[in-house]
Amino acid sequence: MRLILDPNIPDPDGFYDELLAAHAGLSDAESAALNARLVLVLANHVGDRAVLREAFSAAQASGATPAVDPSA
Amino acid sequence: MVKARYDLAFELYPYARSADQDAVVRHPVVIVGGGPVGLALALDLGLKGQPVVVLDDSEGAGQGSRAICFAKRTLEIANRLGAGEAVLAKGVVWKQGRVFHGSEEVYSFDLQPEPGHRCPAFVNLQQPWFEKFLVDAIRRAQGAGAPIEIRGRNAVTGVADVDGAVRVDVDTPDGAYALEAEWLVACDGARSPLRDMRGLSFEGRVFEDNFLIADVKMTADFPPERWFWFQPPFEGAGQSALLHKQPDDIWRIDFQLGWDIDRKAELDEARVRARVDAMLGKGVDYELDWTSIYTFQCRRMERFRDGRVLFAGDSAHQVSPFGARGANSGVQDAENLAWKLDAVLRGQAPETLLDSYDEERRAAADENILNSTRATDFLTPKTEASRTFRDAVLALAGRHAFARPLINSGRLSVPCIYDGLSLTGADALGGPAATRPGAPCMDAPLAEGFLLDRLTGGFTLLGIDALLPEVPGIDARLALDTRRDDPTGLLRARYLGDAPGAVYLIRPDQHVVARWPRAEAAKVSAALDLALGRSACA
Repeated sequence: MRLILDPNIPDPDGFYDELLAAHAGLSDAESAALNARLVLVLANHVGDRAVLREAFSAAQASGATPAVDPSA
Repeated sequence: MVKARYDLAFELYPYARSADQDAVVRHPVVIVGGGPVGLALALDLGLKGQPVVVLDDSEGAGQGSRAICFAKRTLEIANRLGAGEAVLAKGVVWKQGRVFHGSEEVYSFDLQPEPGHRCPAFVNLQQPWFEKFLVDAIRRAQGAGAPIEIRGRNAVTGVADVDGAVRVDVDTPDGAYALEAEWLVACDGARSPLRDMRGLSFEGRVFEDNFLIADVKMTADFPPERWFWFQPPFEGAGQSALLHKQPDDIWRIDFQLGWDIDRKAELDEARVRARVDAMLGKGVDYELDWTSIYTFQCRRMERFRDGRVLFAGDSAHQVSPFGARGANSGVQDAENLAWKLDAVLRGQAPETLLDSYDEERRAAADENILNSTRATDFLTPKTEASRTFRDAVLALAGRHAFARPLINSGRLSVPCIYDGLSLTGADALGGPAATRPGAPCMDAPLAEGFLLDRLTGGFTLLGIDALLPEVPGIDARLALDTRRDDPTGLLRARYLGDAPGAVYLIRPDQHVVARWPRAEAAKVSAALDLALGRSACA
């Protein structure tokens, strides 16, 4: 199995709504804790270490910080 | 003049003047340090008929629990050395464990032992008892003629290389003397004076912490369970706390205090009692049997062999206490080194065989340091993100079983498998992974007794449903027939898998050298050469 990076979620807007709703009213720390639990639950569902490593790479590569100086 | 460094739990080898103190004598093996590692090595060598002298600066086993958990491989080694029965009889086997996060119980577990092993996964036993049982076994071996000598109050003050040996300067209550060792083994602990005398560094400090240890004697009813707290709710308890049952109504409590502490203030009895009171709850009567502050670092020496000086146990490598990898890995060092020193001294193997001690036990130390570092990262998160994930695991584990294996309060010591190392031969069988070349043999019940008790005679050729060839240099042969010898089917499951039969070449430390579907004398002979460092490849 390979990591799925093509669209795979039915009703993307509905999903996104549910994701935000899960975080509604949470402080930053509570949101970070929820995300951590979510990552662990989903990672266990995937199970396959190779797919999980691909997921780490995909997430890391997309998170490269843009070279913008916020003080500028 | 040698001063006692610590109070003794047991006086085991009181000082007695040796004839060596009048003239310099050369010994094949001198061991510095009479702890679990030095004693196991001395016993192993002595049982092989190899003369060995142990020098220790005290006269017995120091007080306090210290190492408390002896894992299956250590128990198997102790059995081979004739000290296992006493350890198993005295040690506590616990099954029930509880994990807490703050004041909440996250989950509890019941460890079911894997069937078909003579030894349990581990027993809890205070280190002085383990040392005493080894010395008892040494005394019995001496009675049967084993050339072992333990010299108490013999403190090593200097070492120097001389032609074909190491000169060792020793201080005693009767003054100084010197002796020579063809091979000198430093089992002198984490602060190893010998390491300093040789000018060797101790690299790779990964983690620093202090643990307050309290041995508490309670005769009141208190369950024989292991309780582990992440972020204990008791005031001033620190990052983690552990409660562990030991023999003689003693509970061992470890409080993880962090790095910057005032050791003296923390050892104040009132302060220790305040912590213990908070943990045990009101109205629990107890006596403080022993307290100490324990500091550790995860690191190892660059090489465990320095010419004619070899380092074993804590002198060579140190890990965090999580997983009981200190004394257990040290006893495995001793067993790895014993047969190699014996083979070299008998002229059966070149001196370079001792480099394989360094290679194999460094690999084991790295594995232990890796496991121990992972446990400490879980216990003491270094960043906000790692704390968030740690707490997420603990939060999920109560309701969801999947998160429980992620909880890491130390992974119990298991022996290293010497995959791909110099002495490890080929797997021509393709049998079960657990008994592949490099692995220690797994125990299995036979029609009478257990397999490991039959693998104690040096290099052993084991045949299961297979004919055994005549191979010069093999010390022992064991031919088993599963129709007769395998009442549970576990021998087949662990050593044959789907194969109709197999031949295993097994080292004196019970690690597998190589295995084949059928016996071929030339291949067995080549594998024996490989395991004794007499050839580059098999």
